[in-house]
Amino acid sequence: MTNEFVILTHRLTKSYGHCEAVRGLDLSIGRNRITAFLGRNGAGKSTTIKMLLGLIKPTAGSGEVLGRQITDAEQNREMRKRVAYVAEDKPLYGYMTVEQTINFARSFYSDWRIDVEQKLLLDFELPANRKVKSLSKGMRTKLALLLAFARRPELLILDEPSEGLDPVGIEYLLRTLVSCSAEGVSIFFSSHQIAEVERVADHICILEKGSLLMDASVDQLRQSYRRIDIVFSGLPPEHDFRVSGVESIKTDGHQMRVFASRNAEAVVERAQELSAVSVEIAPVGLRDVFLETVGEN
Amino acid sequence: MLSRCIFTLIQLNDMFFKLNPITGQPLYVQLMQQIRHATETGALQDGEQLPGIRTLAEKLLVSPNTIAKAYSELEHEGLLELRQGSGAFVCVKGRIRSLADSVRVARRRIRDLIDRLRDDGLVDEEIRRAFEAELLFPAEVASKR
Repeated sequence: MTNEFVILTHRLTKSYGHCEAVRGLDLSIGRNRITAFLGRNGAGKSTTIKMLLGLIKPTAGSGEVLGRQITDAEQNREMRKRVAYVAEDKPLYGYMTVEQTINFARSFYSDWRIDVEQKLLLDFELPANRKVKSLSKGMRTKLALLLAFARRPELLILDEPSEGLDPVGIEYLLRTLVSCSAEGVSIFFSSHQIAEVERVADHICILEKGSLLMDASVDQLRQSYRRIDIVFSGLPPEHDFRVSGVESIKTDGHQMRVFASRNAEAVVERAQELSAVSVEIAPVGLRDVFLETVGEN
Repeated sequence: MLSRCIFTLIQLNDMFFKLNPITGQPLYVQLMQQIRHATETGALQDGEQLPGIRTLAEKLLVSPNTIAKAYSELEHEGLLELRQGSGAFVCVKGRIRSLADSVRVARRRIRDLIDRLRDDGLVDEEIRRAFEAELLFPAEVASKR
């Protein structure tokens, strides 16, 4: 069990007063994969990640990261040696220079890789002698990423890693993610940028209002999610299409648009049986899937 | 030989493999089709080496699992040979000729079919859509029949 999954949670919950930021979350994140953790602002992504790392205490439920209980202090320390993490707010010491920050971090980790450090310093064009407090948001993100990527962790957890990066920076980020993954590092990263997720992720989890809305492989998503546009001579018989796999139905005059997460063939079949004038089936991108899934909720 | 090999790799990366995240096909399937196509047209020849999993993943900016899956499926089909530690090699001995012949026969059949469909009164756009539907979503189309 512990070998197959790098992250496992069971009914993980976090409440702040009456507000439940994370509600009974069951996550199982596979090893040697790039998993994207998607959701709108405030969906509970950062709260979940902070609980996984033991930075905040769950109100209820349990979880383990690399087989270590997240609420056990001793096990948490063990786990943190093998997990690299980039926090949402990229906390760094403002009075240090970029170079001092890197030297400082390097001294903590036995798995530090000078070659990666040097490469990223060049790729990210980080000014070695500049004080951290005078760096732009994008530069801070790059420095925080360098500190995580320069290690050789078993698991990399990134909270909004592309925040503040320009398109060139995002390109370097994705390339570094891919090369880490090729070296066998499991990656779990949160994002609300669909385009960057769409190419590199093997698996996506969509969180909405603290609950898991979707947990699917990206291959499967491409293979089975379809939009079916149907035209009838009369008014569309919407109720006949409420079959399993149909996520949403919209009608406009004689036209009807069905969004199916699977079973698209059954929808097409039914349309034929009900003498539809035309049936067109098209794949949907992750962006549409996200908007439909989160929108319907 | 070396320079030819390098040229091929660059060409492969920049020209042949274009993965589209928006279409309804998994990226590994797209990559498999493009490698198959490259061997059919002779752009990739017997014994030629494909870029390593990591190199191609970084180049195309996709998960290494995507490349690994495509390579391993193609190995299953017998089109690639994966050698431990040294990469993927194209393996089309004896296949190419018969494939080229088959493609020629197929094109003639398709031409005949298109002529018949035009006689039935279908316009080219409708024919094209029907072909695409059959190719892209065989399962969904099959259920109509």
